[in-house]
Amino acid sequence: MPENFYLDNPEIRFKLQNLGLEEIVAMREHGFTQAKEYPEAPEDYPDALDTYDKVLEMLGEISGDLIAPRAEDVDVVGPKLENGKVSYAPGTVENLKNLSDAQLMGVLLPRRYGGLNMPTTIYTMMTEMVSRADASLQNLFSLQDIAETINRFGDDDQKQRYLPRFASGEVDGAMALTEPEAGSDLQAVQLKARYDEASGKWYLNGMKRFITNGCAKIHLVLARSEEGTKDGRGLSMFVCESGPQLLVRRIENKLGIHGSPTCELQFNDVPAELVGQRRRGLTRYVMSLMNGARVAISGQALGIAEAAYREGLKYANEREQFGKAIIRFPAVYEMLVKSKLKVMGARALLYFATKYVDLRDVYEENNKVAEQTTDVTRRAEKDYSKIAAVLTPLSKAWCTEIANQVCYDTIQIHGGTGFMKDFPAQRLYRDARITNIYEGTTQLQFVAAIGGVMLRVLDPILQEFSQLPYDGKLRRLASAVDMAHDKLLHCVDLVEKKHDSDYHDLMAGRLCQMESIVLISYLLLKDALQDKERICVAEGFIRVFLPELDSHAEVINSNDYSMIDNHEAIMAF
Amino acid sequence: MSLTILVFAKQVPDTANITGQAMKEDGTVNRGALPAIFNPEDLNALEMALQMRERFGGKVVVCTMGPPNATAILRRALYMGADETILVTDRRFAGADTLATSYTLACAARKYGTFDIVICGRQAIDGDTAQVGPQLAEKLGLPQITYVEDVLEAGEKTITARCQIEGGYEIVKAPLPLTMTVVASANVPRPLGAKRLAAFKKAKTRSELIATHGGRDYEDANALAAEEETMRRKGLWIHEWNADDLNAEPNRIGMAGSPTKVKQIESVVLVGGEYKDIPPTDEAIRGLVHELIEDHILS
Repeated sequence: MPENFYLDNPEIRFKLQNLGLEEIVAMREHGFTQAKEYPEAPEDYPDALDTYDKVLEMLGEISGDLIAPRAEDVDVVGPKLENGKVSYAPGTVENLKNLSDAQLMGVLLPRRYGGLNMPTTIYTMMTEMVSRADASLQNLFSLQDIAETINRFGDDDQKQRYLPRFASGEVDGAMALTEPEAGSDLQAVQLKARYDEASGKWYLNGMKRFITNGCAKIHLVLARSEEGTKDGRGLSMFVCESGPQLLVRRIENKLGIHGSPTCELQFNDVPAELVGQRRRGLTRYVMSLMNGARVAISGQALGIAEAAYREGLKYANEREQFGKAIIRFPAVYEMLVKSKLKVMGARALLYFATKYVDLRDVYEENNKVAEQTTDVTRRAEKDYSKIAAVLTPLSKAWCTEIANQVCYDTIQIHGGTGFMKDFPAQRLYRDARITNIYEGTTQLQFVAAIGGVMLRVLDPILQEFSQLPYDGKLRRLASAVDMAHDKLLHCVDLVEKKHDSDYHDLMAGRLCQMESIVLISYLLLKDALQDKERICVAEGFIRVFLPELDSHAEVINSNDYSMIDNHEAIMAF
Repeated sequence: MSLTILVFAKQVPDTANITGQAMKEDGTVNRGALPAIFNPEDLNALEMALQMRERFGGKVVVCTMGPPNATAILRRALYMGADETILVTDRRFAGADTLATSYTLACAARKYGTFDIVICGRQAIDGDTAQVGPQLAEKLGLPQITYVEDVLEAGEKTITARCQIEGGYEIVKAPLPLTMTVVASANVPRPLGAKRLAAFKKAKTRSELIATHGGRDYEDANALAAEEETMRRKGLWIHEWNADDLNAEPNRIGMAGSPTKVKQIESVVLVGGEYKDIPPTDEAIRGLVHELIEDHILS
């Protein structure tokens, strides 16, 4: 039975058609002027949208028909390290060949380097589908971000040399950031970059750990270029190629995403090139790279959640107990409905976030050219940048946490069978577990988002959504969300006025979750305005999640310091 | 070395996804009820042609006979990497059996001109005859290698191929030009290319171009010629040939050229020792699946 992960999931197409990407696409396509030079370039917005739709349909077919059936083998076989050489599982090799034959290895890159010049929103939709088919493949697919980082910060010569090779699928990438003593805290990176005056070249020495696809041909490496420094300002970004001086010492034995090799690397005087300016490695380039990766991991988590929900639904329909299919028991359908609402909420939030990421990127690109830059475009870049900086961590936290919850419930629906390794549910459960850890744990996403939450960066958007022309039931639901928004503002105010950093840090997660619930509620109401069939979805989400928001509000408003005061005493028992 | 390879493909109803209305009362296929797809083994034929082009150089031309909307599979061939496409279409071709079809395709091959290899899929999933490829070879007076799994060598004058036979394989060498039919085990057809898709989604036949101008009354010949020229230059032109273009003899095409008649359709039920009749309804099938699961035959 042929499967198409785009056609069988109309939600992605609904987002594509209703997000309103006109401005983004027009700016990315430089006013649709490339059609003369490149036969594949769109002539106008409808043409671009049609191409996105067709390419997504094509990837839906590849994901459903080719990649998904190989996922179990990839999970069981995994990559191998023999004589210092990493080889992927055979299924992974075929998957990568399919994706590169499909010309999908340079989705974001400009056409002059062989890329498709598509927005992050479309790329993330691809990510979601690939991940639904095989979450571990998404790790390799999304390493396109490496090329995108070179495109953004490298010089013209570097772009010419590296980018076409990425776009054609000839080379793959890795980002070597983490070290044994520098995980969440990348300022502690020690890998040393030595500048050799005689040759005018940089050489890298040291260790990196937990490097996804560390066997890649091209590496972006965060290294300490300024001797004697200890913080992030002594770090620079380098690009280097694999070679005899770069050793893969081991690959990790992980709980999930088995198809993606996680490597320990040893750099023995590896020749490298500086990317961008010295000392800006962490503060500017890695932050940008990480933000891209956080969007990609959100897409990965959403894909896993979608797959898990479908597995749960299928099993609940097939499995009979007490003389009927178990889906007919309220306790079971409640799990499924909540999972579905979480997935739909995640999709609403994620693609809303990618839209602002795209807006930020097109204005940033626009403002690199002096004669295109005005006060208006500068302002736009600044505003969109602030919004994207809140939405990115919020969606990463939401998507990855709900992915774990949905997988948990899917196992629960499977009952004893779910605990056996006979169904895909167990793989999804294991694969989901890393998503809320890597590229910054959920706790660190809250740290990244809380500043913008306290400054009420999203308020203008929330107010605009609040004033859409709702009527009847939608109006009543919108009023409930308006009240929830007021509760959020009250909580922010309360935490702000305390001037207590412990209380602030402790409540940050709750405030961020309240913000996400309010925003997603409005987004689903907006969808329901466009399509009346969706009123039940908005209502369902609001009825399930506003009580959760209330409970966060109650905790914040309680002025309860017992956690701060007693945590050591409790743990001492 | 440079090979010109003609691939003949067919748009077929997707018989792998049968629904209730798949067969008409008279026992013929109800094409309207099933999605139209690229015949699977023709995709293997196209993949083999593309691989040969990569190995030996040359070009791949894909031709189909069918209704106007069969251009869908021609565009798909372009997305996969074909260089040129031809739609052979005419109401007079309708109702063709394998004899009339192979005659028509032979006319198309002759009209195309010089070529080195004709490749067809072994058979189409709607008729399952596996006759058109071999008949085409006969009509073109070419040697043929059937059931090809792999092309081992291509010289200036010969092709060596490995063919599937019962219980094994044989290696056959034949002079160019020739005809081959390809089996499903030959290869895995490549995915479409995103860039090719974005470019060639605009490929059109003349009829389709006229339709974009509002239909058959459009008569601005000069404007049309200019557009055609531009599209040809961009590789977006799908040739469209009718019976007159092919100089086909009227009594050898379509219904008139088809001696095959369906005499009777019989649904053969294999009789075993014990069996249960499951009516073709959704509910009954669900019941069967449940029963199999309950009995631990399926898990």
